[in-house]
Amino acid sequence: MLTTALIFWPLAATLILLALDAPLAKGWALAASLVELLLTIIVVVQFEPAAGNQFVVNYPWVASLGISFYAGIDGISLLLVLLTTLLTPLIVLSSFKNSYDKPVSFYSLILFMEAALVGVFVALDGFLFYIFWEMALIPIYFICLRWGGVNRGAVTLKFFIYTLAGSLVMLVGLIYLYFQTPGQHSFAAEALYAAGQALPASTQGLIFWAMFLAFAIKMPIFPFHTWQPDTYNTAPTQGTMLLSGIMLKMGIFGVIRWLLPVVPQGVNEWASTAIILSVIGIVYASCLAIVQKDLKRLIAYSSTAHVGLIAAGLFTLNKIGMQGAMIQMVSHGIVIVGLFYIIDIIFSRTSTQEIASLGGIRSAAPLLTTVFVVVMLGSVALPLTSGFVGEFLLINAVFQYNHVVGALAGLTMILGAVYMLRSFQQTMLGETNTRTRNFIDLGTNEKIVLYPIVVLIIIIGIYPAPLLKISEAAVDSLWNVIANYQAVNQ
Amino acid sequence: MNAVYILSGLGIFSLLSEIFNIRKVLFPIVLLGLAAAALLLIMDWNSVQSYYSNMLTFDNYAVAFSAGISIVALLWFMMSKDYFENNTHVTDHFALVLFSLVGAVFMVSYSNLAMLFLGIEILSISLYILAGSKMKDLFSNEAAFKYFLMGSFATGFLLFGIALVYGVTGSFDLNIIAETVAAPSVNFPSLLYAGVLMMMVGLAFKISAVPFHFWAPDVYEGSPTVVTAFMSTIVKIAAFAAFFRLFSTCFAAVSSQWVDVVQVITVLTLVVSNITAVYQNSVKRMLAFSSVAHAGYMLITLVALNEVSDSAILYYVVSYATASIAAFTILHNVAFENENVTAEAFNGLVKRNPFMAFTMTVALLSLAGIPPLAGFFAKYYIFTVAFESGYVGLVLLAILTSLIGIYYYFRIIIAMYLKSSDIITPIETPLLHRVLMVICLLASIILGVAPDLIIRLI
Repeated sequence: MLTTALIFWPLAATLILLALDAPLAKGWALAASLVELLLTIIVVVQFEPAAGNQFVVNYPWVASLGISFYAGIDGISLLLVLLTTLLTPLIVLSSFKNSYDKPVSFYSLILFMEAALVGVFVALDGFLFYIFWEMALIPIYFICLRWGGVNRGAVTLKFFIYTLAGSLVMLVGLIYLYFQTPGQHSFAAEALYAAGQALPASTQGLIFWAMFLAFAIKMPIFPFHTWQPDTYNTAPTQGTMLLSGIMLKMGIFGVIRWLLPVVPQGVNEWASTAIILSVIGIVYASCLAIVQKDLKRLIAYSSTAHVGLIAAGLFTLNKIGMQGAMIQMVSHGIVIVGLFYIIDIIFSRTSTQEIASLGGIRSAAPLLTTVFVVVMLGSVALPLTSGFVGEFLLINAVFQYNHVVGALAGLTMILGAVYMLRSFQQTMLGETNTRTRNFIDLGTNEKIVLYPIVVLIIIIGIYPAPLLKISEAAVDSLWNVIANYQAVNQ
Repeated sequence: MNAVYILSGLGIFSLLSEIFNIRKVLFPIVLLGLAAAALLLIMDWNSVQSYYSNMLTFDNYAVAFSAGISIVALLWFMMSKDYFENNTHVTDHFALVLFSLVGAVFMVSYSNLAMLFLGIEILSISLYILAGSKMKDLFSNEAAFKYFLMGSFATGFLLFGIALVYGVTGSFDLNIIAETVAAPSVNFPSLLYAGVLMMMVGLAFKISAVPFHFWAPDVYEGSPTVVTAFMSTIVKIAAFAAFFRLFSTCFAAVSSQWVDVVQVITVLTLVVSNITAVYQNSVKRMLAFSSVAHAGYMLITLVALNEVSDSAILYYVVSYATASIAAFTILHNVAFENENVTAEAFNGLVKRNPFMAFTMTVALLSLAGIPPLAGFFAKYYIFTVAFESGYVGLVLLAILTSLIGIYYYFRIIIAMYLKSSDIITPIETPLLHRVLMVICLLASIILGVAPDLIIRLI
């Protein structure tokens, strides 16, 4: 029942919002997303980490085609639902100072997006998952198209076609698995797992690529990332936050739920390729981030680097790596939303996001500077920040997998420190100039968004155990599935 | 069968209403009549009835498609009322459309090749006139003439094919032909297969499959928008249903002889139409090519013939027709007098009429096959049919071409939301069109969320 409510409440809120007047739109969107957060908290309280899928709903939907409305929450999905419902109110709140053209459409798209994202994370039916996966694409496309920056028509179309291409290939994979299920075919996760695991290794390899392509494009992993920097840059800040904070986790979640347990042998066969691609992406994106002159683009590339590390850690098929991926997904979501918001604040005051033309903001805005320091340290994974826990586990896993690859993956931390510290130094420290002299420090709204982010970064950094505990059992059982096949192979 | 009487009656009534000067009540009576026809058809559900010594058989397939045609026709009348009342003799044109609907019903319910021929001719002859209904417009005349020439050519092929098949099997009756060709270990003269292929060519003309599609863009562009909408929805449904009925029942036993040809036609249709559509400037021409492309997706079901093919087609045509009618209604409202507009006419539509822009967006997304709209499920269903019969390559190709489809459909979406227009006057739409848009909008969404409503039928 709670799962259904989690999916349908934002949808219902969207419909109500469409009937409201423009001035009420913001407030209603915030209220609705807070209610959604409250629902998630109720779920967290009732959640039993050891009990597998809980709050399961299962209704036949298109019975003749084996499709059902089958959803439930386990530790992995709960973390991501929590991330989504936590970030959405912050994202809504971060938009309060902007006056958007057509606020009703803007906020209803955000709520619609939230529904689709939650749906992706709780779906246990392959077809349902696919529907939500695609549904998440529509609102973000229109958010970028209507409220984005220069050249948005071409950029967003590229983004749309790119991600849709990946999804459609995944659909082929899903249909193939569906026809492998015995008897009355079914899209239920268990049936697809059983069907996929029973396939011969070569077929599993094909299915791996069909699904992996969709997830790799969404994350994005090198060389499927070309849509990303332009899209992040063109999207309005809230769109960028949704894309980088939550939507990219769809790709990682897809790997965890719909790739690893479905074709474990295919994963075993191709995991090294995926790791190499991820590590190339890490180094490549980090190097590009260093030479960026534009803050938003810099953060976009840094995001690619961090996600590369998550993917690499995940594909080591090592329990530590998986656990690290879980915690790092949460941390990355929180940090990246904070970073993009800080850039938005800087841009709104100085009308520039070019690093060279900024400088000396510290003297005018000490609060913002402090917040930036914490968020930045979270991003470069300093111990006692949220970034550290995840990245440490991930690099540890990659290192165990292969020392050289591990060393290369470790570059994220070093190169990350280079570009983050340098961009911080050049924007916040140094001489003030005409643009930054009259910089106004954080307002109330901005504090309400940024302070929770800062607090979360520190709390998760010091005491990550509760988060780890939520996902531990689910990660364990996932790992057991894969470990079985590794044992068979060796 | 009652539907046929009602439709014919309505046609005659429409002609008489000119004489008795009761044009005012004509429109509501036509709408009521169409609704009644659909209702009567649905009441015949699950009772297979044959008429005229087995020349027409109303089985569930026929009933579903005839009812579908009646309902789409009802929507179409809502769309085109004002055009015909303002620009032409409403009674003549309503009568022509109603008679062509009778032909369409014959085409989905025939069980005798003579009846197929008759249905196609009844449908086509009315259409030749409708295509030229802008009498003083050169392009409209060209469209009518071209359509007539090409149409008669296709009919010639069809008739020749029927004759050859009759020569081998000795019957026009679908069941007898099916039994004859299914007879094991009989070597049929190749005349039979020549006949089958000629019938295929004739029908492929009617559904405008590549390479028999050359008439379609010019005819669609030259005809008035409302007539184009009629041709690309109702005519397409009828022609495709006829095509499918013939090959899935009558020639299923010799499918090895024609399935490769259909496959080639399908591949060509998918690739050529989608790529050509990208290069069209005129929105109407783009929609024309898109309708050719949708014929390609429907043809997949015939290639991958299995027991759920018919239900896949029914769902596809319904979802396609509702989205198309919405798109044509909006094109009609945006373009108004100047009928061949480019995507630029849609610039800034979201400011000029937000509801219209929203409906157009949903219609285009449905045509492009984006979930959770009906167009997505229609494509998905066809993909599963193809998959089940082992045509994975065809599915991959169809996926590739639907990505191309995104490109040209989204050009209009981008124009509506992104581009600004010099003209900022709001566009007023008649109440009837607004109701129609709401119906199409809801149909696209509801059928997408609850596909069971249709796919369980046959």
